Amino acid sequence: MNTAYHRWRKLKNMLVQVLTCVCALLVILPLGLIFYHLVKSGLGSVNMAFFTQLPKPVGEAGGGMANAIVGTGELLGLAALIGVPVGALGGIFLSEYGASRLNWWIRLGADVLNGVPSIIWGMVVYALVVMPMHGFSAWAGGIVLGMMMVPLIMRTTEEVLLLVPHGYREAALALGIAQWRTIVQIVVRTALKGIITGILLALARVAGETAPLLFTAFGNRFWNHRLSDPIAALPLQVFNYAISPYEDWHRQAWAGALVLLLFIAIINAGVRILTRDRFLQRT
Amino acid sequence: MNRALSLIVGAVLTLSSASRSSAQMLINGAGATFPYPIYSKWFDEYARVDPSVRFNYQSIGSGGGQKQILAQTVDFGASDGPMTDANLAKAPGKILHIPTVAGAVVITYNLPGNLKLTLDGPTVADIFLGKITRWDDKRIAALNPQMILPNSDLVVVHRSDGSGTSYIFTDYLCSVSKEWESQVGRNTSVKWPSGLGAKGNEGVAGQVKQLHGTVGYVELAYAHQNDLPYANMKNAAGHPIEASLDSVTEAMATAKIPDDFRFSMVNAPGGKAYPIAGATWLLVYEHQKDPAKGKKLVEFLNWALTTGEGMAPALDYVPLPDDLKRRVIDRIKTITY
Amino acid sequence: MNNALATVKPAPRAIASLVRRPFGDEAFEWLTFLAALAVFVLILLIGYELAQGSLLTLRKFGWRFLTSSDWDPVNEQFGALPFMFGTLVSSVIALVIAVPLSIATAVFLTELAPRWLQQTLSLFIELLAAVPSVILGLWGIFVMVPWLADHVFPKLKQSLGFLPIFQGPIYGVSMLAGGIIIAIMILPIITSVSREILRSVPGLQREAAYALGATRWEVTRIAVLSYAKKGICGAVILGLGRALGETMAVTMVIGNRPEIAKSLFAPGYTLASVVANEFTEATTDTYLSALFEIGLVLLGVTVVVNALAQLLLKAMEGPLATRQH
Repeated sequence: MNTAYHRWRKLKNMLVQVLTCVCALLVILPLGLIFYHLVKSGLGSVNMAFFTQLPKPVGEAGGGMANAIVGTGELLGLAALIGVPVGALGGIFLSEYGASRLNWWIRLGADVLNGVPSIIWGMVVYALVVMPMHGFSAWAGGIVLGMMMVPLIMRTTEEVLLLVPHGYREAALALGIAQWRTIVQIVVRTALKGIITGILLALARVAGETAPLLFTAFGNRFWNHRLSDPIAALPLQVFNYAISPYEDWHRQAWAGALVLLLFIAIINAGVRILTRDRFLQRT
Repeated sequence: MNRALSLIVGAVLTLSSASRSSAQMLINGAGATFPYPIYSKWFDEYARVDPSVRFNYQSIGSGGGQKQILAQTVDFGASDGPMTDANLAKAPGKILHIPTVAGAVVITYNLPGNLKLTLDGPTVADIFLGKITRWDDKRIAALNPQMILPNSDLVVVHRSDGSGTSYIFTDYLCSVSKEWESQVGRNTSVKWPSGLGAKGNEGVAGQVKQLHGTVGYVELAYAHQNDLPYANMKNAAGHPIEASLDSVTEAMATAKIPDDFRFSMVNAPGGKAYPIAGATWLLVYEHQKDPAKGKKLVEFLNWALTTGEGMAPALDYVPLPDDLKRRVIDRIKTITY
Repeated sequence: MNNALATVKPAPRAIASLVRRPFGDEAFEWLTFLAALAVFVLILLIGYELAQGSLLTLRKFGWRFLTSSDWDPVNEQFGALPFMFGTLVSSVIALVIAVPLSIATAVFLTELAPRWLQQTLSLFIELLAAVPSVILGLWGIFVMVPWLADHVFPKLKQSLGFLPIFQGPIYGVSMLAGGIIIAIMILPIITSVSREILRSVPGLQREAAYALGATRWEVTRIAVLSYAKKGICGAVILGLGRALGETMAVTMVIGNRPEIAKSLFAPGYTLASVVANEFTEATTDTYLSALFEIGLVLLGVTVVVNALAQLLLKAMEGPLATRQH
């Protein structure tokens, strides 16, 4: 049958396909524009000096963001120390133990925590750590990023553990292995790749946070030597340079933004590609 | 997971020790954006003079400097506006105001053609009160008879953060406009009657540079650094004066400086004095809790008030006159640790 | 299926009394339980710190804090209304722009696109989600805002200038710019969650529609979208929750003026931005307390919105349970 009505329906179908395709392209357009601009403005300033030198005083050309790059690394390390154990163990609880009702509430709580604006985390840790310690510090920065990671890691760990077939657990228990051993040495080991993926994604997510670091890590023009001292961080430095009136600092801000974005993008793309169709069902 | 964890811990420790040198002290300060260029020069130079200490200064605004020194989260603060009595009373110890350099606050704008405007106090006050909204307003034209002013909207840009630059500027506006004094007042952070807010001297300079028809206020150093035009201001004696090291020195020479060094030098009476000028201070506790840090801080202050002052003119800052310098150095001697 | 060992029944009572649970099991369960409780500990901690920090202004202003437009640090009068207005308007603008685009994209990705295109596009959308707020703000202030001020806003003013929301002087930095940049930030999250929702619709629904002779779009419209309504609502509200808390990117493009204006070209100020700008410098106790209270308002709003979104999403998942639990 090829009536006019059929043709109209087919036309509608094609129009919608075109329209939604256009929408999809519009959605990724900003990413392309941003990346293009970062490369155009920042690539020129990404040189050896950028990675190895400290910031120079205002008005003097040159200098780099070496301390900010290392600082971000240190903060991520500290954050992982807090976020990974708490998050992973919590995720284990949600998947292996607990009652249905309680777990529902914990999951809801974790999801709500994921939605708390990062600036509020910063305010809380300022009141909790910076004020009693009478100083901004790498600790405070690490603590706030770590706290932000906990709900993220908890949920991803739980989801990955749930995908491990029950047969593994039952077989281990049937052999007389203690429950906790079953979980740690068999279930977690099986899902390890997925758990690490979740951790890396959480790290990539907090690596770009600026707002909470404004009130905790504070920033540092030099190397950080003690964890109780302020510390530089890449997104923080990019922000400070971006709102400055010096052309040279703007160029460095773009370079820093490019490095930061590449770092985050490589982690994200990398883990997704490596674990496709294995344990994580997302594409 | 154990391996991953130990790898992470190991990486953190390695990274931390890679950048570690022997027992280097870090002294933290925060505050004014105005003196940031000269302070960052000083701290960079001083790191060569005394490699055992580093001064980490973050320019978060004068309000921030005052707040953080009160909360004792930094070792010293910096502010372009003196702290109020109320705030000083809240401090856990006595805070000293150490003046370092002085500078000018200039009115910058973004207009076509290389116009060098002349403005006076009441006109500027009315602009910032939102009463003058077009560039070809007759009051601006009256002060600039030879110029062709564009027929466009006038957009005010002010500071969105707590700023000593704002303090100096609002202090000046209070002295030239009763309406401003009663309606808005003087402070590091005020309720601006109109305009856009931008963060830091940097932000205002950037905003003015980007948007046509804007008028804002920044420190002279920032205007020079950014090639921004700025207006000549009519001073108390009625002469239009360009902001410069000389005109600010003249203003400081004629200002009255009380014992605690909290002074205002706006609208100074001198014939060649630039009317919107102010000093900037370092805020330190008279009694330093940490003896090692206190010693290094005092050494730095002495260096700054002697050698450091010599670097000021090259960066568009005005060093303190000699008699004031002597008084300040005497005051530094009273810091205990 | 939460408790993976539910299939393993505990030993009969007689034997159970002889065989106590090994210490390792007990300890490990407690350890993980405490870790899971961290979620509640964190929530309580956040609420407590914010509430404690805002006691001063809570007592001093009471409800007036939410209804006053006066933000005057000199005279110590604080009112949160302009910020609530700014947060609300910028988020609504963001939703108006992002929701149609995201849902259309999600539909495209799950129903209408070939597999290779699906995976590439999804990767790019995830990358957009990973762009930090500060980088987006950087691009916003240096690239997007001048372009908007020179090309887009004047055209809007010309064509739609009879509407009060498109009148007034054009600065570039504005409420509209803030809304647009938030839209860019929430596009990925609404898209991915919608995609998950659409994918979780049972194949049976689609097959039934195909069996009746529907075209691809009709299958989507009839069988999938109407089924997934609740979940898509949840995705949209999740996007709203994210929009409310956006800080860095918005601060750089919104103009930072605590005023309620009719025009979208006028500058605005959001709850998150005022905290970012003024927190480190609030010199008086009242000022700091007012900022904590703003944080409290922001927290309250985001928690409510996020909880609502999660409830909608879970209601959607409930009857489906297509995941391998």
